[in-house]
Amino acid sequence: MTMTSPQVVPRAGAAGPAGRTSRRASRRSWAGWWFIGPFMAVFALVFLAPIAYSIYLSVFRNQLIGGTAFVGLDNYARALGDPQFWSALGRVSLFLAVQVPVMLMIALVVALALDSGRLYGKSFFRISIFLPYAVPAVVATLMWGFMYGTRFGLVGNINQAFGLNLPSPLSSELVLASIGNIVTWEFIGYNMLIFYSALTVIPKSLYEAAEIDGAGQLRVIAAIKLPAIRGAIVVATIFSVIGSFQLFNEPSILKSLSPNTISTYFTPNLYAFSLSFSGQQYNYSATVAIIMGLITMAIAYAVQVRGMRKER
Amino acid sequence: MSVQTAARPSSAGAGTPAPLKFRTPRLRSPRTPGSRRSRRSLALTLLMGLVLLYSLAPLFWLLVNATKTQDGLLNSFGLWFDGDFALWDNIARTATYDGGIFLRWFANTVLYVVLGAGGATFLAVLGGYALAKFDFPGRKAVFAVVIGAVAIPGTALAVPTFLMFSQMGLTNTPWAVIIPSLISPFGLYLMWTFAAEAIPTEIMESARIDGASEARTFFQVCLPLLAPGIVTVLLFTMVATWNNYFLPLIMLKNPDWYPLTLGLNAWNAQAGTAGGEAIFNLVITGSLLTILPLIAAFLLLQRYWQSGLSAGSVKE
Repeated sequence: MTMTSPQVVPRAGAAGPAGRTSRRASRRSWAGWWFIGPFMAVFALVFLAPIAYSIYLSVFRNQLIGGTAFVGLDNYARALGDPQFWSALGRVSLFLAVQVPVMLMIALVVALALDSGRLYGKSFFRISIFLPYAVPAVVATLMWGFMYGTRFGLVGNINQAFGLNLPSPLSSELVLASIGNIVTWEFIGYNMLIFYSALTVIPKSLYEAAEIDGAGQLRVIAAIKLPAIRGAIVVATIFSVIGSFQLFNEPSILKSLSPNTISTYFTPNLYAFSLSFSGQQYNYSATVAIIMGLITMAIAYAVQVRGMRKER
Repeated sequence: MSVQTAARPSSAGAGTPAPLKFRTPRLRSPRTPGSRRSRRSLALTLLMGLVLLYSLAPLFWLLVNATKTQDGLLNSFGLWFDGDFALWDNIARTATYDGGIFLRWFANTVLYVVLGAGGATFLAVLGGYALAKFDFPGRKAVFAVVIGAVAIPGTALAVPTFLMFSQMGLTNTPWAVIIPSLISPFGLYLMWTFAAEAIPTEIMESARIDGASEARTFFQVCLPLLAPGIVTVLLFTMVATWNNYFLPLIMLKNPDWYPLTLGLNAWNAQAGTAGGEAIFNLVITGSLLTILPLIAAFLLLQRYWQSGLSAGSVKE
């Protein structure tokens, strides 16, 4: 930031702590609502109202005979006993457990490498590794999907050129890993940028102190850099957890390239989507979505609490 | 910057402004080139080169294969050019296929981005400014609600939003895509942390003392200071809107209103339908044309958004 050189404002001696609090109280006004108001109005329409409506939907059932009836928590009970829901949840949990750590580790290593000042062509690295983030999930999935394919894909090419028989990445055993690869490709750069921005604002005096103490690069990373960017790591982990539980675009688009390996309940979101838009089961679909929302929030909250607790 | 010079004496005279969160000034000295931390390492560069290769190879694949004919796609090696160079022909065919629907999708996407991302940025800037610089009743509640909302899966909202919008008669119109795009909690958060740091409260105080209205203080005094943050938020909301797939997927039936992402997927799916013509070369060329504007925007504006990001986004 070039515009905000930290300036020292001369403090008037008269303003003691008591004066300060009274000033603050008198400043408390509704003026801020002129600025936050428009955001909150649209927010209420596209966030709060749908959430409320979703909860309303989840306690009703649309029956062929008798129309809509209040059923209490029946839809929730049904979801908890629904093997398709559990299979979808298990799949994204496995995905989460493998893909998120791999992606964040690579992103962290790249960010630390950029920050170490030991790379040739640093800005070229930074912008190039970030570029996949600008690619829509649709394009990323189509692109990787073609490459995975055996017809004009790279796997087919390699098999042909070397007489190998590599398994198809779109086979039912590998398709989840293949999706993981697409998501990793899309978001390494984004996470790297989050980590890197956090690293650049670490006060340089800390490094100087470490240098005087004779700390090596790895020691500086372990003792200064990682603790300093813990907040950014927690934020990136939370975003990634939310993203994994919301997995939809990649499997839904790959489905058209590989219809037999990706079911309509491959992920919870895909399941909720198919329930509403192919099955017209809006009430049950809303229930599945709410359960996923609750699970997501619980895990995001747990990550946050755990991440922040270690700090102190 | 006459305002700024006028700001200090008057604000100092008026007493200390209430301290706000995130205002702790940070010492930032440029990295000195002579220090031992600037030693370059070939091994590290090569290792990072692997990640670079991973990031760029698919984009290279896209570029190479956009130059191939449908035949060439099937019969040549994926990572190198084919004998006949069909890029221009592919672009022309992409633009004219099916009565030029691709151009229509492109225009739709631009419309959604201008109104959706533009509007989202505007709302986020106003809201972030309010959270950073005003103490108003309900401020804490606003914070809690918005941060909580980030954790809610977009798809959890999709079904009820679709049902609500369809009762309001908005589905299958551009509004169904634009209105939900107007809210970017991440943009609000970015703008909030940025505004807290970029706008000295003294400047606002002095503008008020000089008799400026709140609106005037915001537009003439504060907005210029927020420029790098605004560019950052705009780029992130642009990416989100340009790349949006799920929302238009549920909201739009009529292909005339599709954005590029939905259109490309429809072209790809066409090969799988009975009697549908396989146009993979157009899908690939269309994909390339879809990502070029965003990549260009990121490259051209990188100086601005990167400074905006490190100044605000992820500080605790």
